[in-house]
Amino acid sequence: MNNKLSIVAKISIFLAIGCIAALWAAPMWRIDLAAPQYPEGISMQIWINDVKGEVDIINGLNHYIGMKTIHKEDFREFVYLPIALAVFCGLGLLVFIRNRRGLYYGWTGLLIGMAILSMYDFWKWEYDYGHNLDPTAPIKVPGMAYQPPLIGYKKMLNFEALSQPDLGGWLFITAVVLLTAVSCYEWKRAKSKTV
Amino acid sequence: MKSNWLLLIIAAAIAMPGCKMKNTASAVSGDAAARTYVAPGKYDELYNFVSGGFNGQVSVYGLPSGRLLKLIPVFSVNPENGYGYSEESKPMLQTSHGFVPWDDQHHLALSQTNGEHDGRWLFANANNSPRVARIDLKTFKTMEILELPNSGGNHSSPFLTENTEYVIAGTRFSIPIGNQESALDNASYKKNFKSTASFIGIDKNTGHMQVSFQIILPGMDLDLSRAGKGPSHGWFFFSTYNTEQASTLLEVNASQKDKDFIVAVNWKKAEEYVKAGKAKKMAAGYYHNTFNEETHSATSEIIKEVLTLDPEELKDFVYLIPCPKSPHGCDVDPSGEYIVGSGKLAALIPVFSYRKFEKAIADKAFEGEYNGIPVVKYEAALHGEVKKPGLGPLHTEFDASGNAYTSFFVSSEIVKWNIKSLEVLDRVPTYYSIGHLMVPGGDTKKPYGKYVVAYNKITKDRYLPTGPELAQSAQLYAIDGEKMQLLLDFPTIGEPHYAQAIPAEKIKAQSVKFFDIAKNKHPYLSAGEKATKVVREGNVVHVYMTAIRSHLTPDNIEGVQVGDEVYFHVTNLEQDWDIPHGFAVKHAPNAELLIMPGETNTLKFVPAKPGVYPFYCTDFCSALHQEMQGYLRVSPKGSSVPLKWGTGTEDTARAVAAR
Repeated sequence: MNNKLSIVAKISIFLAIGCIAALWAAPMWRIDLAAPQYPEGISMQIWINDVKGEVDIINGLNHYIGMKTIHKEDFREFVYLPIALAVFCGLGLLVFIRNRRGLYYGWTGLLIGMAILSMYDFWKWEYDYGHNLDPTAPIKVPGMAYQPPLIGYKKMLNFEALSQPDLGGWLFITAVVLLTAVSCYEWKRAKSKTV
Repeated sequence: MKSNWLLLIIAAAIAMPGCKMKNTASAVSGDAAARTYVAPGKYDELYNFVSGGFNGQVSVYGLPSGRLLKLIPVFSVNPENGYGYSEESKPMLQTSHGFVPWDDQHHLALSQTNGEHDGRWLFANANNSPRVARIDLKTFKTMEILELPNSGGNHSSPFLTENTEYVIAGTRFSIPIGNQESALDNASYKKNFKSTASFIGIDKNTGHMQVSFQIILPGMDLDLSRAGKGPSHGWFFFSTYNTEQASTLLEVNASQKDKDFIVAVNWKKAEEYVKAGKAKKMAAGYYHNTFNEETHSATSEIIKEVLTLDPEELKDFVYLIPCPKSPHGCDVDPSGEYIVGSGKLAALIPVFSYRKFEKAIADKAFEGEYNGIPVVKYEAALHGEVKKPGLGPLHTEFDASGNAYTSFFVSSEIVKWNIKSLEVLDRVPTYYSIGHLMVPGGDTKKPYGKYVVAYNKITKDRYLPTGPELAQSAQLYAIDGEKMQLLLDFPTIGEPHYAQAIPAEKIKAQSVKFFDIAKNKHPYLSAGEKATKVVREGNVVHVYMTAIRSHLTPDNIEGVQVGDEVYFHVTNLEQDWDIPHGFAVKHAPNAELLIMPGETNTLKFVPAKPGVYPFYCTDFCSALHQEMQGYLRVSPKGSSVPLKWGTGTEDTARAVAAR
């Protein structure tokens, strides 16, 4: 049985590594906020190792409702994520060198796993920020939580929040889709050869 | 027959009440309202900077809506934001005659590049204590005020050359140079009194001003001025009255001559003379006040001398052109070829040709000399006269298609005429008594030309009455059609004189939203709440305070005594657009502060009685704005209450610090 990778799969390894490497240069996620008193909008970009944009303004607004302020230093993710992604890229090279289909499947699974874990972590983070409010907060709305949407649009008090992948996020998704598609292709190719 | 007559009389009686005199309300017609309506959420097309007259400030309106956008304090103190009251801004209003907290602000000039408005700076004159100010159009703040030596009153100012090389300042009242005492009679006037034209050089990059040289002219009153452009670039033209050199009852004595003069100055040549060392150094003492955007503070410098040029000695750079009769406006058309003199007592408008003027000099077509300065023959420089235009022509602006618009004070109208053919094309009444008028870009090489705005001196029955003094007023007319059309009245501040307008696009995007706090180099900055403190130095107490939504740090201060000089140095920690914080102390006799995001401002307070003095934020900043307050405890002199300060109890202080 031929366990070697097709040329398509080999190319896909480098494309996926390229997409992931781009995360060092492009933000992963963005949350946009708009309200009548902020017609120009406020936005925050989440990078693999930082949170940028108008974070100070968001922190200033959040203090009324008792949300914790957002600081880069508070996120261990910003240390782990770059390491995990760098390891992923390194493993990609290994898959290429070893040239084994099984490894390719495993590698794809790893990325999907990382994507799911990241989204779960992001959701937990949002839940924590939106629910663990300061009991001395000046404004308390009974039953109100301020968890931003994981993805998509949500209205929170007078603010409209829109959460979506940014350029880096789309590249990550591209890598996931690409590897999944090529894995299916490899799977089918392998099946047709055994039959 | 009888019944027929009766019918006629009845018919006439029914018809008569329908005939009325035309009144002011019927002046607007058609789509005027629609043309000036700017819907909520939409922006105006132009910024209109209007002089504040005796108010001393500059106001900014949107056109075509006529909505007031901002009042920029320039020459007058403004308790609304502490301009002239805060320790940082006090030096701006220093002069060689002490602190002068008001002025009479007449004319404005937007900086130009290649003869077009570039949106960088706005220059403003102060008539009374002769000064010129520069306002930055990124922040709409007064950045610099330069006092003028040897000036009796800065009226023909601030007019600019086509690349903002110079802003000029011509004296309105002749005075003895060096402000010597002198007898007040005609003989003394003729002998001792002089007028000066100051050429203020402007730094290309920073806009910084300095008096490059002054031209000492014979005693007469310089009125208005314009720089040449295009072919006439290098020249400046001043209108002048009282060439009779009378010292009393000018109403009669200065309107005797059939012709006064337009003073033409070849400033390029003057520049050469200065470079060649032909200018004389004269001792002087005048103030130059500049505002630093990083320290958020102004400083004053006293300049000790000035370079002067005497056209009686250096013959070939100043010439006089006769102009009937007491000329007021002296306006150069967009091509730079035509100079329009407006004899305010004349029944015609003389238009001079720059080419002919140049030729007259080359041909030595002079009719004589006036106080040693050559006078060009009237006809030799004349392009032609606009016949019977109206009564009392004052000012002329231009559109992009070769037409001129002249304001007529006495006949209260704007008259449109063609510059080349000198034909009157259209006239429209103004309500009432127009002074200056302004076509956006009408003083540049490329007029915008869609509107003309009239700035009126008297406004009877334009608005609801408000006692003896009525609203000041401007009127907007459309000039893009065949006929001028009145679109809008809008009230203004002070007595509006000249104005400037610029397409919003040239300014809007560069508007500063907040000051970067990382660049704040104020000596009393508190960079964060942890840096706040109270420091006593003898009887001077410095409070390093911060403001952020929605608290002041510290908000409790004890240990201050009666007679202490307390300086509240308040830093606004916000880094967000339109979140200034105010600061006021109960019984502070000076003013409040308005502190822009990222800025530090200082309020001085000397408590006169023991007690507890609340202080608070005056500019509504947030849902908890009302709670943004604190207390200053003032103890009797010599009290043993220790200096103590803080915000919140220990626990919440920690909570606040953690946030």
